[in-house]
Amino acid sequence: MTVEAERKPLIRRLLGEDAAIVQLAAITLLIFAVMAGLNPDKFLRYYNFESISYVMPELGILCIAMMVAMLTGGIDLSIVAIANLAAITAGIYFRHPAVAESIAAGGAGAVLHTIMGVLIALTVGLAAGLLNGVLIARLRIIPILATLGTGQVFAGLALVLTGGPAIAGYPQAWTWIGTGKLLGIAAPFWILIVVAVVVAVVLRRTHLGVNLMLVGTNARAAVFAGIRSSRMILYSYAMTGLMAAIAGILLSGRTNSAKADFGSSYLLQAVLIAVLGGTNPAGGKGRVAGVLLALVALMLLSSGMQIMRVSNFMIDAVWGAFLVLVIAINYLRSPK
Amino acid sequence: MRSLQSTEAVIAAVLVVVMLLIGLINPAFWGVDNLFSLARANVVIGIMALGVLLIMISGGIDVSFPAISAAALYITVRTMVALGYDGVLLPFIAASVIGVLLGTFNAFIIERFRMIPLIVTLGTASIVRGLVLGLLGTSIVNINKMPKELIAFGKQDLVSVTAQNGATVGLTAMVLVYIGVAVVMHIVLRHTMMGRSVYAYGGDPESARRAGVNTRRTIYFVYCTAGLLAGFAGLLHSSMIWQANPRDFIGLELDVIAAVVLGGASIFGGRGSVLGTMIGVFTLVMIKNSLILMKVDTTWQRVVVGVIIIAATAITAWRDRKKLV
Repeated sequence: MTVEAERKPLIRRLLGEDAAIVQLAAITLLIFAVMAGLNPDKFLRYYNFESISYVMPELGILCIAMMVAMLTGGIDLSIVAIANLAAITAGIYFRHPAVAESIAAGGAGAVLHTIMGVLIALTVGLAAGLLNGVLIARLRIIPILATLGTGQVFAGLALVLTGGPAIAGYPQAWTWIGTGKLLGIAAPFWILIVVAVVVAVVLRRTHLGVNLMLVGTNARAAVFAGIRSSRMILYSYAMTGLMAAIAGILLSGRTNSAKADFGSSYLLQAVLIAVLGGTNPAGGKGRVAGVLLALVALMLLSSGMQIMRVSNFMIDAVWGAFLVLVIAINYLRSPK
Repeated sequence: MRSLQSTEAVIAAVLVVVMLLIGLINPAFWGVDNLFSLARANVVIGIMALGVLLIMISGGIDVSFPAISAAALYITVRTMVALGYDGVLLPFIAASVIGVLLGTFNAFIIERFRMIPLIVTLGTASIVRGLVLGLLGTSIVNINKMPKELIAFGKQDLVSVTAQNGATVGLTAMVLVYIGVAVVMHIVLRHTMMGRSVYAYGGDPESARRAGVNTRRTIYFVYCTAGLLAGFAGLLHSSMIWQANPRDFIGLELDVIAAVVLGGASIFGGRGSVLGTMIGVFTLVMIKNSLILMKVDTTWQRVVVGVIIIAATAITAWRDRKKLV
C-alpha cells in the first residue's frame, strides 16, 4: 500500500491537474483496496502481480492501438484478427523445413530467424493497417464497417493458413518475448512500456500527433487549416496495425501457439479500456496515461474476481456493465 | 425516391448474375431441395436483418442482437422446460418481450447518455451473453427435452415435393412468417408517421428535431422494435432447429450487417428499404451456401463474407460521397 501512496503524487506531477486522470487513479486504488481487502492472502501475493505483468501487456498494446484509432473519430475492430494473422504468418515461416532446421541447430541462426519472424509479423501488421487506412481514408468507408470487413478477411486468412487448429512450436527466442524476464521484470511488460512511451511521445510531441487530435476534434476545420487529414488517418491505422502485430507476437510468445480465433474477447475489452481511459470515441481526445490506468484498474478487477472463483462468463458480464457505467459517468461529468 | 429504386434494381441485377453463375458452375443449385433450403436459411437472418435495417435507417448500429436472440430463446425454452409448459403463442410473446426489454436498455443508454450505439451495444452484448451463460449455464436443450408443440410449429411445411433422389423436401411455412414481418415493416416505414420520423432522424437528427419529430420516442421505437424482432427470431430459430443453445448466433452480427449494407442501407442513416434488405439477405445467404456447392473450402467463407462487406460498403460510400459534398 505504501507504494500505491507514493505513486499518486507522481501521477499528478506527470499529468498535471487532469481531473479525469485523477478520478481514474482513485478508481484504480479503490479496486485495489477492495480486492486486497476481500482476499488479502491470495491477492497480495507477489505471484499474482507477476502473472498480471505477463498477461497485461498484450491487452494493453491493443488498448493503446484502439485509442489511436479513436483519436480521429474512428475505431478498429480488426486489431485482434491482425494480431492473430501476424503471429500465424510468423508461425508458418518457422515451420518452413529449412528455417525449422536452422532453428533446431540453435545458436545465432535461431536468433536470426526469430528476428526475421518478428519482422514478418510486423510487416503483416503494417500491411493490414495500411489496408484499413486506404479503405477508410481514400475510399471513405466508415471505420466500423471497413474494419468489420477487414477483420473478417484477416481472421478468414488466418483460418485458411492454419486450416483450423492452432499453430504451436515457436522458437525459444520467440517464446522468451512472451515469457522471459529482463532485470527482474517481465519481458512483455518492457515492451508495453516502450510502446506506451513511443506512442505518448508521438501523440504529444510530433506534428502527426497534434494533427490527429485536430482531425478528430473537427475534421472540416482541420482541412481548412491545411492538414492533409486523409494522410493522417492513413498513418494512424498503420500505427494501429503495427501495434496489433506486436500484441500478436506477445500473445503467441506467451502461449507458444497461435490460432485464428484467439483472444476474441480482447476486442470488447480494448474498446472498454480505451473509453474508460478517457478516450472520446467521437475523436479528438485520448491519452496513453489514461488508457494505462484503466488497463491496470480492469486487470486488478478481473484478477481479483478470478481469485474469488467468479466464472469467466460473469467476468465478461461485469466488464460490459463497467463499460455502461463508464459511459454514464463520463456523460454526467462532461459539461452540458 | 428514384435513386432508392435504382439501388434495389442494381442489387437485384447483381443477385441474378450471381445466381446464373453459380447455376452454370453447379446445376445442382437449381434443384428444388437446394432452393427450399435456401429459403429456409433466409428466415431467421432475414427477420434479424429487418431489425438492423430499422436501426441503420435511424443512423445507428447494433451488435447486440445476436446476444439478445440467444438470451430470449434460451430463457424462454429453459423456463418452458422447468414449468413443463408446452405451447406456441405464449412462448413467442415471452421471447419478444425479453427482446423488447433488452432493446429498451440499449435505447435508454443511447438516448440518456448520448453514447455512440456501437459502443453501447458492444457492452450490452457482453452483459447479456455473460449473464445468460453465467447464471443459466451452457447446457443445450436437446430435441428430446424441447417442448413438442414448439417443434411441431417449426416443422410445418408449406408445400412438399418429391425430389429426384426420392426424398421428400418441403418448403418451410416459416417463410410466411418472414414475409409477414417484412410486409408489416414496410408499411410501418413507408406509411406511418413513426416510420417517416425514423428516416428523418437518420437523415439529420437536428433537422428532424426542429421539424417536430419526437427524437426520444423515435430512438426507443427503433431499439425496442429491433429487440422485439431479435427475440422473436431467436425462438423461431430454436423451433426450426429443435434445440436451444445459449451460444447460438455468435459472430452473426457481421453477416447480418453485411446483408443490410449489401441491400443498400446507408450506415449514415436515412437510407434503406425492406425490399433491398431482403434481396441483400438472400444474396449473402446464397453466396455462403453456394460456396459449398461450388466445392470451395469452408475455411474461405469468412474471407468471402469480409470481402463482400468491404465491396458493398465501398460502393455505398462512393454513392453517398456525392451527397456529402
